Amino acid sequence: MLTILLRQRMGPYRPLIIAVVMFQAVQSLAGLYLPTINANIIDRGVATGDTGYIWRLGGVMILVTLAQVLFAIAAVWAGAHVAVGIGRDVRGALFHRVQMFSAREVGQFGAPSLITRITNDVQQVQMLVLTTCTLLLAAPFTAIGGVVLALRQDVGLSWVIVVAVPVVGVLLSIVVSKMVPTFRAMQERIDRINEILREQLTGVRVVRAFGREPEEKARFAVSNSTLTDTALRGGRLMGLMFPTVTVIVNLSSVAVVWIGADRIALGEMEIGSLVAFLTYLTQILMAVMMATFMAALWPRAAVSAERISEVLATESSIRLTENADPARDLALSADQYSLELRHVEFRFPGADAPVVSDLSFSAVTGETVAIIGSTGSGKTTLVNLIARLIDPTRGEIRVNGIDLRDIPECVLGTLYGLVPQRPYLFSGTVASNLLYGKPDATEAEMWGALEVAQAADFVRAMPGGLEARIAQGGANVSGGQRQRLSLARALIRQPHIYLFDDAFSALDLATEAAVRQRLVPLTRRAISLIVAQRVSTIRDATRIVVVEDGHVVGLGTHDELLHSCETYEEIVLSQTQASGVGS
Amino acid sequence: MTTSPDADRDDAATDNGLAQTGATVSEMRSGRMNTVGIPTEKSKNFGVTAKRLMKRMSRDLVVVGVIMAMAVTSVTLIVLGPRLLGRATDLVFDGITGRDGAEGIDFGSLHRTLEVAIGLYLAAYFLAYGQAFLLAGVVQRTMYRLRRDIEDKIHRLPLRYIDRHSRGDLLSRVTNDIDNISQSLQQSLSQLMTSLLTIIGVLVMMVIVSPLLALIALIVVPLSIGTMNTVAKRSRVKFMAQWRHTGELNGLVEEAFTGHAIVKAFGQRQQVEERFARINDDLREAGYGAQFLSGSIQPAMMFIGNLNYVAIVVVGGVKVASGSLSLGDVQAFIQYSRQFTQPLTQSASMFNVLQSGVASAERVFELLDAEEEVPDPVSADIVTSSAGDRGRVVFDRVAFSYDRNRPLIQNLSFVAEPGTTVAIVGPTGAGKTTLVNLLMRFYELDSGRITVDGRDITELSRRELRSGIGMVLQDTWLFNGTIRQNIVYGRPDATEEEMRAAATAAFVDRFVHSLPQGYDTVLTDDGGSVSAGERQLLTIARAFLVNPSILILDEATSSVDTRTEVLIQRAMKNLRRGRTSFVIAHRLSTIRDATVILVMENGSIVEQGSHEELLKRNGAYTRLHRSQFTSAERVLD
Repeated sequence: MLTILLRQRMGPYRPLIIAVVMFQAVQSLAGLYLPTINANIIDRGVATGDTGYIWRLGGVMILVTLAQVLFAIAAVWAGAHVAVGIGRDVRGALFHRVQMFSAREVGQFGAPSLITRITNDVQQVQMLVLTTCTLLLAAPFTAIGGVVLALRQDVGLSWVIVVAVPVVGVLLSIVVSKMVPTFRAMQERIDRINEILREQLTGVRVVRAFGREPEEKARFAVSNSTLTDTALRGGRLMGLMFPTVTVIVNLSSVAVVWIGADRIALGEMEIGSLVAFLTYLTQILMAVMMATFMAALWPRAAVSAERISEVLATESSIRLTENADPARDLALSADQYSLELRHVEFRFPGADAPVVSDLSFSAVTGETVAIIGSTGSGKTTLVNLIARLIDPTRGEIRVNGIDLRDIPECVLGTLYGLVPQRPYLFSGTVASNLLYGKPDATEAEMWGALEVAQAADFVRAMPGGLEARIAQGGANVSGGQRQRLSLARALIRQPHIYLFDDAFSALDLATEAAVRQRLVPLTRRAISLIVAQRVSTIRDATRIVVVEDGHVVGLGTHDELLHSCETYEEIVLSQTQASGVGS
Repeated sequence: MTTSPDADRDDAATDNGLAQTGATVSEMRSGRMNTVGIPTEKSKNFGVTAKRLMKRMSRDLVVVGVIMAMAVTSVTLIVLGPRLLGRATDLVFDGITGRDGAEGIDFGSLHRTLEVAIGLYLAAYFLAYGQAFLLAGVVQRTMYRLRRDIEDKIHRLPLRYIDRHSRGDLLSRVTNDIDNISQSLQQSLSQLMTSLLTIIGVLVMMVIVSPLLALIALIVVPLSIGTMNTVAKRSRVKFMAQWRHTGELNGLVEEAFTGHAIVKAFGQRQQVEERFARINDDLREAGYGAQFLSGSIQPAMMFIGNLNYVAIVVVGGVKVASGSLSLGDVQAFIQYSRQFTQPLTQSASMFNVLQSGVASAERVFELLDAEEEVPDPVSADIVTSSAGDRGRVVFDRVAFSYDRNRPLIQNLSFVAEPGTTVAIVGPTGAGKTTLVNLLMRFYELDSGRITVDGRDITELSRRELRSGIGMVLQDTWLFNGTIRQNIVYGRPDATEEEMRAAATAAFVDRFVHSLPQGYDTVLTDDGGSVSAGERQLLTIARAFLVNPSILILDEATSSVDTRTEVLIQRAMKNLRRGRTSFVIAHRLSTIRDATVILVMENGSIVEQGSHEELLKRNGAYTRLHRSQFTSAERVLD
């Protein structure tokens, strides 16, 4: 998966990648050339006492090492370009893909998971590309080049390398292959510890109320011990790596001198080669070690690549229309709007039962349609369908007679005023959130919308008023306040279709009543769709749609349904009982 | 931001987000390769915190001593190695060049020298591994104790502390920070120790072999440090920019993905994508600078190392040629100089790692040093009052405030007789939950006292006090375990029959039967098969099983569908029977039959009395009542 992803994204960077490979080749060969010159210095300079030769070759060595550093830095330069470039491209592709997703795909992955994928996972892949370009690519050149040069120096000694390299490779691979599952297990145990601590902190009142501290401590201690055991195993494995490489390097050095002495005595080799050999050996084994370490990065990046590719491979279930059609545009610029659902069905792919099925109703400007039903009956799905966050699997939804699927994205974006079930505010200010609804809204318009949403009072009380800071998601205001701001954001747009998805749930009855009273003149100029739990909220709707398990079981006004729809009656009864009214 | 527990639910909602960002930071930290030039968080007080961290290891003092001894020995042995190999080379060189009157290579002493070297290297290997092995033990045991202490601390922290600090921050301290300490200690300690020892050892050997060459090699030190600093300073700026853009990007991504529906329904997709593209480009730009500069440190250091190598080869070669130095010495020197530059870079990078670990330790110690709850009275002798009149609660001139400058409750007195119901009403944020906090002794009073069955709650142990009180909160906290485990949470020794009886009384039994695994169904965070309303029922069953004499019930306002809501109301009513109950009510209709109704506004009790009394008074309660019922009553008119 990782290689596929990288191959797909490598395209524009091919010249740079080739450059990296070449720079690394030159760089590592230059590094290897130094011991060769050194050998010459010893054999032809030191052994003969030719000081001039020593100085001359010393100058050459300086040039070589200068070339080495220049090429090495060039490799880092090109490598960094490739890595951050691929990182940016993958992030961009992911973001665009997710933005095109329908609510269905977003729900499928879950927003937190998508966030981790675009941040952490991309970071992992970028990291791998970077280390590959700057460190790993040099390793094969050093290893192979080193072996070749060593052979040139003396074939007889080379079997030390032939033995030592695979030994280091195999031993390190064994250690790494044991480390990977250990670290994976460790991550799981850390997650478990975190989960317990999270539970203890979020449930601190319950833990203390029930006096369960000793049991909690015991529960934690068990996880703590298992984590410690695993971490210990990981730490010890890690501790094995460095000494292992060192001892092999050192023992091979001894072997080189041991065997080399024999060969020198026999006149088959010069003493300078011996010294050069020792250096090659170290360089080659270090390259092997580096390659092994880098190999340990691979599995992790591979998992990340998989998670990225999964998103990129997921097609959005909605296709946005972009091309314009004059007739359509004319129909959509009318004052009077109509919304019509015809036998709408929505079913998750592979699901046995549809979430909603055979849903039909219609409304025109000035009318209010209310949806009521127990949780899980498909009400939010219906809102998502109308807002075209998802497309129906059967049937059609028409605005002014035009199928939603034929309405261009830019027009679609102006139709609705959505107040979602879970109000979400963007970080910024009260004003910036309102401007999200209408970018050119005046201050008066903002206060107007806040007034209707019963939010003006608390906004006024906030430091800075309209400029008061709103934290991400709206975390710094209470649930009720968040809902009212979310309402104001939708109201300020003066849309043609209002979608209130359980939009008053966090308000107390008095506030809700006030909001709805002020909404009346606004909703007269639009179509309103209200999803609600409370009967009191929807009583006055032009039409009430009672849904159960995705089916319409009743359609009519409050009074009609009270006599004709059993489910509706039941709901009304349960609410009046619960609140004690009328008992 | 208020610190009142009313804000709890909202805090909890942001937990996930915050913890996630935390995890990101830690992941990025652990993904580091070469940390020179990457700025780490600076600790405010490195010395003190580091010392304290070391002190925590002192329980393994003997082992630490052994590790030190092993480190010194193994480094010494490793350092002696090149010298021995140098000797061996000299034997060969002398043998063939016929110096010192040698005739041919003296294989006897050559092999003896090499055998010593083998022994030396093997010994060094075992010492080095043994040292890493023991160190892992010390570090992990220390981390175990640190985690244990911090978990222990959580149970002793006053709720004032926990409520006041963001959960995300607390969680990040107990998870990410400890993780970071563990990783940096494990990585840095052994390497830092060996690196520093190696530098010293190599330096000594170099001076012994040749003071002149040692001087040349020493030039490397200021050169390396200078280069590292110059590059690091520049790259630090770039890294800061990279982090800033990363933060910006993450923020945008989080909002765009979490608010996906809003972005789309408000037709903002293109604008958001444009903003993303801009930040993404900025990030690429800054990221490139940071990666390039920090990546250049490695080649630059290599360059300095190589210059040093050349200098030693040339100067050494000249000296060998002139006969004032042996070839073996030069060879040894080359190896030494290689061993010298590498630990130098390593120490710098390890010091950075250590620094970030110490910064984390500082945050953890801050938590460990936080003030704890007032300890329980030593002789909390248990006086059980007669079963009949258990559950008499008296608030006697109670005063309390979350913030000393803003008095919240002043001079509050009331009596709850056994078996009666006290309802607390008022708008959100009025401080209704404060009374719960005080009765449960989650918070300490500023003055006045609260007695339960005639005894001041501060004279009871918290355990004793709380074991008599059952609590059902809006926040349906259940842990990741089976339904059965959650029901018996307050009484782990309950029999199956008792558990089922509680479940039946709380209407839990019915829906549990519809679950494939029944009582063994594991509850997960996302709720899964169990709805919000059903979770509420579970918490009622949990309270039932404890059979407390006093009850605290916090009604749910969240979107529970109406039919489950009826069940919850009925279950709560069952539970209240025969117990002194405190009901935090959001709907007035449920508390008409309460013995006393406390009407709270802005943290103080503005009215108290029965439903009829309060209606007659025509005050705050009447207003509240009117506002709620005008809208509700129309339902059936």
